[in-house]
Amino acid sequence: MNVVVCVKQVPDTSDPDVEVHIDSSGKGVDESKFSFVINDADNYAVEEAILLKEKHEGEVTVVNIGPEAANQVVRMALAKGGDQAIRLDDERFAFSDITATARLLASAIGDLEFDIVMTGCIASDDGYSAVGVTLAQMLDLPHAAMVKSVEVIGDNKLKVGRELEGGLLEMLEIETPCVLTIQTGINEPRYASFKGIRAASKKEIKVMDLEATGLSEDQVGEAGSTAVMVEYSVPVVGELAEILEGDAAETSVKLSGILKEKGLV
Amino acid sequence: MDYDLTEEQELFKQMVREFALEEIIPRAEEMDEEGEFPYDIITKMADLGLMGLPFPEEYGGSGADMVSFVIALEEISRADASLGITMEAHTTLGSLPIYYEGTDEQKQKWLVPLAKGEMLGAFGLTEPEAGSDAGATRTTAELDGDEWVINGTKCFITNSGTEISKVVTITAVTGMTGDKKEISNILVPHGTPGFTVAPPYRKMGWHASDTHELSFNDCRVPRENLLGTRGGGFRCFLKVLDAGRVAIAALAVGLARACLEESVKYARERVQFGRPIGKFQGVSFKCADMFMEVELAREATLKAAWLADQDRPYSREAAVAKLFASETAMRAANDAVQIHGGYGYIEDYPVCRYFRDAKILEIGEGTSEVQRIILSRSLGL
Repeated sequence: MNVVVCVKQVPDTSDPDVEVHIDSSGKGVDESKFSFVINDADNYAVEEAILLKEKHEGEVTVVNIGPEAANQVVRMALAKGGDQAIRLDDERFAFSDITATARLLASAIGDLEFDIVMTGCIASDDGYSAVGVTLAQMLDLPHAAMVKSVEVIGDNKLKVGRELEGGLLEMLEIETPCVLTIQTGINEPRYASFKGIRAASKKEIKVMDLEATGLSEDQVGEAGSTAVMVEYSVPVVGELAEILEGDAAETSVKLSGILKEKGLV
Repeated sequence: MDYDLTEEQELFKQMVREFALEEIIPRAEEMDEEGEFPYDIITKMADLGLMGLPFPEEYGGSGADMVSFVIALEEISRADASLGITMEAHTTLGSLPIYYEGTDEQKQKWLVPLAKGEMLGAFGLTEPEAGSDAGATRTTAELDGDEWVINGTKCFITNSGTEISKVVTITAVTGMTGDKKEISNILVPHGTPGFTVAPPYRKMGWHASDTHELSFNDCRVPRENLLGTRGGGFRCFLKVLDAGRVAIAALAVGLARACLEESVKYARERVQFGRPIGKFQGVSFKCADMFMEVELAREATLKAAWLADQDRPYSREAAVAKLFASETAMRAANDAVQIHGGYGYIEDYPVCRYFRDAKILEIGEGTSEVQRIILSRSLGL
């Protein structure tokens, strides 16, 4: 059972002191004060891939689109049990939308021998939830999204559970090769051991630039995108809304004042 | 000169930090209150290789460098100083003597399960009448045929009474060379007749760590339980204590960092006189000083660890790190409680626990005064 797992490096939003500011281009956010981590859902995908490998043998290949700094999340996935990795890195990949991102991933994955491609079901930064299914379309493979359980039931067959509203689990059978987008909570992601981390530093991370992908310049980045980022903006204050100014401590004082004034506390 | 950690060390730090955040911090308050020894966390730490970091893989260890060891200790101690001392005493005091001095047979028998975290290691040096004056050791071991007969008492022995405490290395007087005591190290397995573990101490802090008085009454162990050479005990534990001091320094950095992080958080949230108290220099300068001292303490600790990794002498640097980091932790804990005001004096806020956990750092594994003696002697005074 060979599994390819796609991982994205995202800002660590678990830190309540992280503030998000739009940068001077208007098309990005100031990342200078961020620390970066693996996208939460991707972390579960990595674990699921390694669990399958441990149960059914095979190899796990980790794929990432990102700069050299993204090696951190790639190496951690390798330290947990991934076998090799590919990192797609080229300035011309910047501003790729869902389509261009999926095309890039497909270009790297297409030549690999695999049974399952896994992605996280949603990225915590842009929240599109679409790369996995778009990738399935481009690879011309069946897919299941929001997967909460995976079971191998035959040579080319999986039984997967999809999480629906209200905690319902939709069980379906799907043929491999296929693409699964993995929901958080499907497993309990492990920590890499010291030995795993040491072993990871000896595993290969193959870096692919535009030429290596075999794609052309107009298939990636903004040129290759169907949706183009125009700008980020802060929502306009509505008439019925009162936005409290100041830091958390100041606004909490103001808020408690308002609540008292209105007799709500 | 290179101040960067290697990629491997960075990843390792990140892993231990996540582990501490998710597995230890949520439990720390309760463990302290109940005095609960967290066997399950120790098992998880063992699975990650954290209980035998500096030992070679052939002896069940992780084969890590000293720098990685202190990185891990800082992160674990940031979450809980009790677990920090359990890991620290197990690795340095409990396991290092066997690694340094043990025969291959002794290493296979004891170091392997210790490094794998299946057993906890302990070292019995301190006695009721021999604290800083370790030369005043009264515990004796006399050779009777093929057995050592041990008599004496050891006190404040970390990790000596848990369910997975299986062996303690003790120092004992095995004879006289002229008018000088011949001090040797002897391995005493738990369960040996005549070896009694007293009930746990009621400590000021480190409540989730395990500390006992041990007594030996005509306790007989085989002759081959001598660790290292006869009379080599003093030299061995001085070497072990050098490593132990760097490790205690790392523990202190972790605790001081906990004080800093909680203080900054509180100073942002707590409002008095219409503004967060962090806007008052009386508070913000305390935090600034705390930050500065944590940084300096970590630098000193990493430098000593780095020297150890280069196989260069580091006794003096170990003393510097231990002295500065432990006093930094005490100052930081004192200021953290002060910043929290009345809330710092009740157990609802972790700084209360930090304060109780900090004081021992200026005492254990060589008091601040002993560190100053080491440093003043190194200056030729």
